[in-house]
Amino acid sequence: MNNTQTANKKQEVAQETMRITGSEAIIRCLIAEGVDILYGYPGGAIMPVYDELYKFRDQIHHVLTRHEQGAAHAAQGYARISGRVGVAIATSGPGATNLVTGIADAQIDSTPVVCITGQVFSHLLGTDAFQETDIIGISTPVTKWNHQITKAADIPEVLAKAFYIAKSGRPGPVLIDITKDAQVSELDFKYEKCKGVRSYIPIPKTNPETLSAAAELINSAKKPLIVWGQGVILGQAENELKAIIEKAGIPAAWTILGASAIPTSHELNVGMVGMHGNYAPNMLTNECDVLIAIGMRFDDRVTGSLNTYAKQAKIIHFDIDPAEIDKNVKTDVAVLGDSKDSLSRLLPLLNENKHADWLQKFKDLYAIEFEKVIKDDIFPTKEGLTMGEVLKQINIETKGNAAIVSDVGQHQMIACRYAEFTTTKSNITSGGLGTMGFALPAAIGAKMAAPDREVVAIIGDGGYQMNIQELGTIFQQKAAVKIVVLNNEFLGMVRQWQQLFFDKRYASTEMTNPDFVTIAKGYYIEGKRVTKREELADAVKEMIASKESYFLEVCVEKEGNVFPMIPSGASVSEVRLS
Amino acid sequence: MNEEIKTLTISIYTENNIGLLNRISAIFQRRHINIESLTTSQSEIDGVNRFVIVVNITESQAKKIVGQFEKQVEVIRAYYHKDEETIYTESCMFKIKSALLFEEPQIQNIIKDSNARIVTVNKEFFVLEKSGRRNEIESLHRDLNVFGIMQFVRAGRIAVTKDEMKITEMLQAFNNHNN
Repeated sequence: MNNTQTANKKQEVAQETMRITGSEAIIRCLIAEGVDILYGYPGGAIMPVYDELYKFRDQIHHVLTRHEQGAAHAAQGYARISGRVGVAIATSGPGATNLVTGIADAQIDSTPVVCITGQVFSHLLGTDAFQETDIIGISTPVTKWNHQITKAADIPEVLAKAFYIAKSGRPGPVLIDITKDAQVSELDFKYEKCKGVRSYIPIPKTNPETLSAAAELINSAKKPLIVWGQGVILGQAENELKAIIEKAGIPAAWTILGASAIPTSHELNVGMVGMHGNYAPNMLTNECDVLIAIGMRFDDRVTGSLNTYAKQAKIIHFDIDPAEIDKNVKTDVAVLGDSKDSLSRLLPLLNENKHADWLQKFKDLYAIEFEKVIKDDIFPTKEGLTMGEVLKQINIETKGNAAIVSDVGQHQMIACRYAEFTTTKSNITSGGLGTMGFALPAAIGAKMAAPDREVVAIIGDGGYQMNIQELGTIFQQKAAVKIVVLNNEFLGMVRQWQQLFFDKRYASTEMTNPDFVTIAKGYYIEGKRVTKREELADAVKEMIASKESYFLEVCVEKEGNVFPMIPSGASVSEVRLS
Repeated sequence: MNEEIKTLTISIYTENNIGLLNRISAIFQRRHINIESLTTSQSEIDGVNRFVIVVNITESQAKKIVGQFEKQVEVIRAYYHKDEETIYTESCMFKIKSALLFEEPQIQNIIKDSNARIVTVNKEFFVLEKSGRRNEIESLHRDLNVFGIMQFVRAGRIAVTKDEMKITEMLQAFNNHNN
């Protein structure tokens, strides 16, 4: 570097050096990274940081969740709806281990989260001190990166690196564990954002030849099918994807985490793939001649049996993560890189096309699915409320503009199948890990990140009780989350499997539930219980009209099932409609 | 499709950071791959460590796990090599009672024929060191075992590739980019 470059570089370091404590440095790093909300829970080993937070409370809002798992999920909800890094903070030992489920969830769903944990004094490390646990060892397999700080002087550089790693490339969770002595001792502080890490290549270079090869295959395809995943949303490539499917006339289906990238009503949006996905894209996966996978990872819930998955098709895989290429499905053309960049460079190489006959096949199969499944789900005539008709009412009242945060189970699949999305980043759910208890805290984070958006959490009676204590956070924060519990008094998805594959032996899946409305009211949250169809529309209307948080329990049919369904390990074309 | 299981040498160039061994071993553990030997040391580049790991797996497994290694933030580059693509060696030590040197003259021939080196001798025991291929070490072990071995230890494989690795150029490019 010449002298001018050095001078310029110095100018980028906006802050002058100041002598402060490690804990103050942590807060100043967070502020420098634009963090305005933290989710967490105090305790002994993180108290110096909380003490500093008190001083900086005008600049950073700390949300006291009722459990550290809630903090991690809230940070995820914040990140998923905003695209920014969510931050969770906890003490050592149990505080740290309680974050782990949320961290694992963020890892498998590529969610940018930075978790900061306090740790015992460094001279006590490894002595089984009070509330000491090896959180670095524990979190290693479920973090994109983690690091333990034992010296105050390391705080700025490590935190800068943490934010850079969490949000760059394929995003993910980072955990920074900071000993108490590093928090209380002083350092000469100045902050410089991280711009790169020697050994880390966030975005691999796109080879133009692979783009040409992909374009050639797509242009010659008679029956092309796009399956897009969350990579489109993370790469902010929604418009590019839309332009491609419209120009080349390609039917496009989505994985659960890809939902909402393209409006549900788009005529080339042919629905969800996977175990409870739509009939047409699953069936036609095994008929397409070119399968174009974009920012998705061929999860087993999407592919079913790999031995029969799209064997007739040429496979093109667009992904930012080289380790995903050929991991599950062998590709013919792999296009590495950022989805926005790759798709915008692909667009001019594609011919305009229609594929009308091929698209008609999707429409024909949709008609079959509508007749055999959808009609009874959303326009039921028999007694017993269905989950689908609840979603239909929510769609009517929100006009498809709500962010839907779903928990895990039958209601999740129904929510993803039937929620109508007009806006990207509107489907927030635990896809890869399938974490029950996710939705209530994630909805808090989502609502706080996007207070102008309607956030509706759709939760089963099982998952609701896994983090029900977060009602306290909702009340204290005045987070106007709308909570819908679809109560079938069962762990519904497990019960469905027991019915279909375990000879109806309902082992430990029936739930005797408390009075949920009374519990909500105990947390000063207005609530209503609906048991009859004629009450549903008004109740949903009242919930959406409410300016505050609102709890709606809908007692749905006890033994309703989610179809279509691809049995575990079966081929995608063995999808069952009943 | 049953792909052939081969003995493969995996080379991982990494930053020299605490905790990385955990990340690397976890990648093997999750896939139930047994590590035959593992050596880690400084590499030819200052501040860069090199893991040399020997495993018995198929080449397609190797391709996938190399991808998983490279995905780790602190891993600079990972490779896998077949035996014929590397020059490799292992080393070992034997501790043997000194009396045997005199009572069993055959031992002296074994030492000479195997090109083993005597590291130290005292009244109680002597120590042999031998570097070479696994089969040479195993053969020496068999020959000495007849007379009794007090202690035996073998170190992991170390290997260099016959072809150029180009890692230095890549690192220079990294460094220039970051400056």
